[in-house]
Amino acid sequence: MDKRTSQKIAFWIFRLLGWFVVGVLLWILGFIVYNGIGVISFEFIFSKPTGVGMLKGGIFPAIIGTFCLIIGSMIVAFPLGVMSAIYTNEYVRDGKFSKFIRMMTNNLGSIPSIVFGLFGMALFVSLWGRSIIAGAFTLGLLALPLVIRTTEEALRTVPDSLRIGSYALGATKLQTIRRVVLPSAFPNIVTGLILSIGRVSGETAPILFTVAAYFLAELPSSIFDQAMALPYHLYVMSTSGKNLVAGREVAYGTALVLITIVLMINFTASFIRRHFAKKHGGH
Amino acid sequence: MNIIEAQDINFYYGDFHALKNVSLNVAKNSVTAFIGPSGCGKSTFLRLLNRMNDLIPDTKLTGKCLINQEDIYAKKADVDALRKKVGMVFQKPNPFPKSIFENVAYGLRVNGIKGKDFIQNRVEESLKGAALWEEVKDKLGRSAYDLSGGQQQRLCIARALAIKPDILLMDEPASALDPISTSKIEDLIYTLKTEYTIVIVTHNMQQAARVSDTTGFFMLGELIEFSDTKKMFLNPDKEQTQNYITGRFG
Ligand SMILES: Nc1ncnc2c1ncn2[C@@H]1O[C@H](COP(=O)(O)OP(=O)(O)OP(=O)(O)O)[C@@H](O)[C@H]1O
Ligand SMILES: [Mg+2]
Repeated sequence: MDKRTSQKIAFWIFRLLGWFVVGVLLWILGFIVYNGIGVISFEFIFSKPTGVGMLKGGIFPAIIGTFCLIIGSMIVAFPLGVMSAIYTNEYVRDGKFSKFIRMMTNNLGSIPSIVFGLFGMALFVSLWGRSIIAGAFTLGLLALPLVIRTTEEALRTVPDSLRIGSYALGATKLQTIRRVVLPSAFPNIVTGLILSIGRVSGETAPILFTVAAYFLAELPSSIFDQAMALPYHLYVMSTSGKNLVAGREVAYGTALVLITIVLMINFTASFIRRHFAKKHGGH
Repeated sequence: MNIIEAQDINFYYGDFHALKNVSLNVAKNSVTAFIGPSGCGKSTFLRLLNRMNDLIPDTKLTGKCLINQEDIYAKKADVDALRKKVGMVFQKPNPFPKSIFENVAYGLRVNGIKGKDFIQNRVEESLKGAALWEEVKDKLGRSAYDLSGGQQQRLCIARALAIKPDILLMDEPASALDPISTSKIEDLIYTLKTEYTIVIVTHNMQQAARVSDTTGFFMLGELIEFSDTKKMFLNPDKEQTQNYITGRFG
């Protein structure tokens, strides 16, 4: 076989595999949209579930619950994760200690989410009971390694020549971080943060023991209340219940809403990145 | 009066002996050029004058370096204050991802200066000092990255001038620039001399001859010769200097 033929074959293999990945994604999306679009209505989005086995009404409380958990886990994970990444990347960059922290972060990231759920139950639920705050802390911890890693990557894209230029003007380390490093890393940091939240917002295991309720007649009134959540509602609707077929439909609708939220989060991330890249001269 | 007095300086990167027994004096309001083959320690010596070498891990320095009669490596020496006195311009322009105005104002802001009018005047003055004002006065709010390489380098000079240092260190400031930008920077060095003491590293022999009063020739970490620029280029004491200047090696 001559060189050009083998080139061509290799090219086609890569191209087919690439299209295969796209195909799988489109297939999943198409499947969910096809099966879920039928139940989507104003009522489905904006009202409480009713009827036997929650087959009627909508999923409003679960949407609200998921939003609360997203915001709560951001509040937990962002400051902690960003500060930790600043510490390892700016203060102790090549030291043994930063290697150790990095190793622990990676290990933390490979713990299965159900274990986080168990841990959250042991710690946060015994502190606050099953509640939004307990769930937010559990999800926040789950997001933490991802937040740290993406923030570190963002900080690493800031060239050292900028830090050095700042020190040479008599700026302290803290001033350099605040005025040069963070502003230039900002778009990438925000993108990473949003993506990591998108990642955890669909998790079921961590909220299973810590916050999620099967059904609540009232919306939560404080962070110490339990809440419904989309992933758990999806789980409930597709497994338990007397009318599995009708339950499936609601489950597909719920899945469609959940995916839409996650995709919206991702689009926001890439929008922010492009917007800031333009504004700051593409640095 | 000598503004810089280096006495018996040795500098190490780990085990590597990068500067060997270097002693020299620099007079106030003069231009000193350092020349020498690549890797001979010119940048290392320059960075030692504003303690930028401190940022490199695992380095060691012995000997004494006085600036304005003060030992800059004394235990109680204030590094940030030193860097305000000894400004630096780097080989590659490194403006911050901020507006032109904010780049120049940066040094003032991190030094706690708040007065709006004061900052505005100082920014203008510094940009004029760096011969950039005419080109940017209508677009001070634009990103510094919109400037050409030569303009960026003059912006970095303006940025350094804004905090009124006593000494300006320049490490091959024109090596990344075209001939026109280079000659602009050379003219600039000539005018800045009245107010500042300038120490410049250059690979360009003609440039050293054109801009400097005193020239130092480094080789393999040693300061081979340090003398009046005219003498250095017309009638050097050492054969190694002669060889390097006439391009017989290096
Ligand atoms: N950060 C560093 N770590 C280890 N060794 C270094 C470091 N920086 C410089 N050196 C070494 O010290 C010596 C002097 O380097 P320096 O950068 O001062 O040379 P230079 O005269 O400025 O060279 P050039 O003209 O190429 O810029 C070189 O041999 C170099 O390899
Ligand atoms: Mg150098």
